[in-house]
Amino acid sequence: MVTPRTAWLFLAPALLVLALVAGWPLGRTIFFSLTDARLDALEEWRFAGLSNYAFLLTDPDWWGAVRVTLVFAVVSVSIETMLGLVIALTLNARMRGRGLVRAAMLVPWAIPTVVSAQMWAWMLHDQHGVVNAALMGMGVIAQPLAWTAEPGLALAAVIAVDVWKSTPFMALLMLAALQLVPNELYEAAKVDGLGPVGTFFRITLPLIWPALLVAILFRTMDALRVFDLMYVLTGNSRATASMSVHARQLLVDFQDVGYGSAAATMVALVVALVAVALVTLGRLRLSPAGRA
Amino acid sequence: MRRWAGKLGFALLVALILFYTLFPFYWAVVSSLKSGADLFLVEAWPRAPAWGNYTAVFQDQPFGRNILNSVFVAGAVVLVSLALAASAAFALARVSFRGRGLLLGTLLCVSMFPQVAVLSGLFELIRALGLYNNLLGLVLSYLIFTLPFTIWVLTAFLRELPLELEEAAAMDGATPFVTLTRIFLPLMAPAMVTTGLLAFIAAWNEFLFALTLTLTNEMRTVPVAIAMITGSSRYELPWGLIMAASVIVTVPLVLLVLVFQRRLVAGLTAGAVKG
Repeated sequence: MVTPRTAWLFLAPALLVLALVAGWPLGRTIFFSLTDARLDALEEWRFAGLSNYAFLLTDPDWWGAVRVTLVFAVVSVSIETMLGLVIALTLNARMRGRGLVRAAMLVPWAIPTVVSAQMWAWMLHDQHGVVNAALMGMGVIAQPLAWTAEPGLALAAVIAVDVWKSTPFMALLMLAALQLVPNELYEAAKVDGLGPVGTFFRITLPLIWPALLVAILFRTMDALRVFDLMYVLTGNSRATASMSVHARQLLVDFQDVGYGSAAATMVALVVALVAVALVTLGRLRLSPAGRA
Repeated sequence: MRRWAGKLGFALLVALILFYTLFPFYWAVVSSLKSGADLFLVEAWPRAPAWGNYTAVFQDQPFGRNILNSVFVAGAVVLVSLALAASAAFALARVSFRGRGLLLGTLLCVSMFPQVAVLSGLFELIRALGLYNNLLGLVLSYLIFTLPFTIWVLTAFLRELPLELEEAAAMDGATPFVTLTRIFLPLMAPAMVTTGLLAFIAAWNEFLFALTLTLTNEMRTVPVAIAMITGSSRYELPWGLIMAASVIVTVPLVLLVLVFQRRLVAGLTAGAVKG
C-alpha cells in the first residue's frame, strides 16, 4: 500500500511547479500593488502602502470596468443558460445524426476566442457586414449600424459573440445531465397525467439542477475574467473594457505596475467573492429543489 | 397530421440551431475566397473563388512560423502537464492522507483564477529566468491553467478504478512507482488522451500571456498573430487575410472535434459535474 509520505512525493513535482508559476507570481502581484513600481524599472520601487487601492476606489474608469464586467457576466450567462437549456432539450430527443450535431456544437467552443472575435468583427462590420445587410434586407433597420464602435451597441455586440461561442458548451454540459435522467420517470409522469410543462419543472429541472449550477458557476467564473473578446473586438474602448482589459492596460500600456497590480488583485478578489456567493446560494437552493 | 407538424417543427428547430452555430464559419470561408472589391459584396458564394488570401497570409507575416510556435507550445504543455498530473492524480485518487480535500479544493480555485491577477509577477519571473519573448516562457506559464484541471480530471477518473488493483500489486511486491507506471498508466491512456486534448485546445487558444510575454512577430503564437493582422488603424483592415488565417487554424480543430467528440464531451463533464 502507498503511504501518505509517498503520496506527497508523487504530488511534489506538480505542487512545486504550481508554487513557482502560480503562487509566487500571485504573491509578487500583491506585493507590487503596495508599491509604485514601473514596468521599465521593476527594481526601483518605493513602498506606497494602500494608496493604490485608495486611488482605485475613487477611479471612475475602474468602476466603469467593474460595471461592464458584471453586466457582461450576468446578461451573457443568463442568456447562455436559457438558450443552452432549450438546445439541450431539443437534442435530447432521439434522432438520427445526433453525434454530428454535437460535433458541430463543439466547434465554436474549440476555436480560439480571438478567431471568433475576428469572424464576428467582420460579420458586424458597419459598411460591409453581413449582419447589417441581412437586417436591412428584412427591413428591421433603415441604415447600417456601427455595432462595435457605437458605445451603446458595443457591449451588446460583445455579449452576442460570447453567447454564440459559449452556449454550445452550456448545452453540451446540460445534455450530458439530461441523458442521466432515467426514462422510467418520464413514463411515470405520463401515467400521472403530468403535461410537458409539469414534467419539465417537477422532474427534469430538479434532477439536472446540480449539474446546471456547476455549469453556471464555471461559466460565470470565465465571464468575470473575460479579456480576449473585448480586446480583439473593441480594443481598449471604455464602453466595453472589462476588469481584466483595464488592469492589463494599466500594467502594460501605461507601465504602471503598482497601480495595475492593485487593479489585478481586486479582479481576483471580486471573482473570489462571486464564487463564494454562488456556491453558498447554490447550496441554499439545492435543498428545496430536492423536495420539489 | 399533428404528428407530422410536430416532426416538421422539430426538424426546423434543429436546422435553426445548426445554422446559428455554423453560419459564422461558412461566412469566414466565403469571405476568405474573395479578393479585392468582391469582399464588399454580400453574396452566398464568391463568383470567382480565389486562393490569393491563403498564399498572402504566409507571405505578409511569418504565419507558418506562428503555427509551428503554437504547435510546439501546446504540445510541450500537454506533455509536461500529463506527466506531472498523472503522478499527482495517482496520489490524490488512490491514497487517503490529511489535507487531500483541501488540496483538491485549492486546485479547483486555481483553475478558476483570473489570469490577469498573476500577470505582473509572472512578467517579472519570466524576465528573471531569461525567458521573455521565448516559447519556453509560454510553456512554463501555461501550466498555471492546464495543470490544475488535468490533475482534477485524471483524479476523477482514477477514483473509479477498483481497489483490487493496488492489492494485487502490493501482493507482488511492486513499489508505488511501479504500480503507477505499470498498472495505472496503461489503464489511464483513454483519460490521458481526453485530458491532453482539452489541455492542447486551452494552450492553443491562450491569448493574454502570449500577448504580454512575447514581443517579436517570429515568437508570436497563432491567436496573437491573428489579432495583430488588425494593425493599428481601425480602417481598411485586410479582412480577406484575417478570414483566411481564421479558416486555416479552425480546420484542424474541426477535424479533432469530429474524431474525438464523444471523448471531449465525456472529459468536459467529468471535469464539471464532479466539480
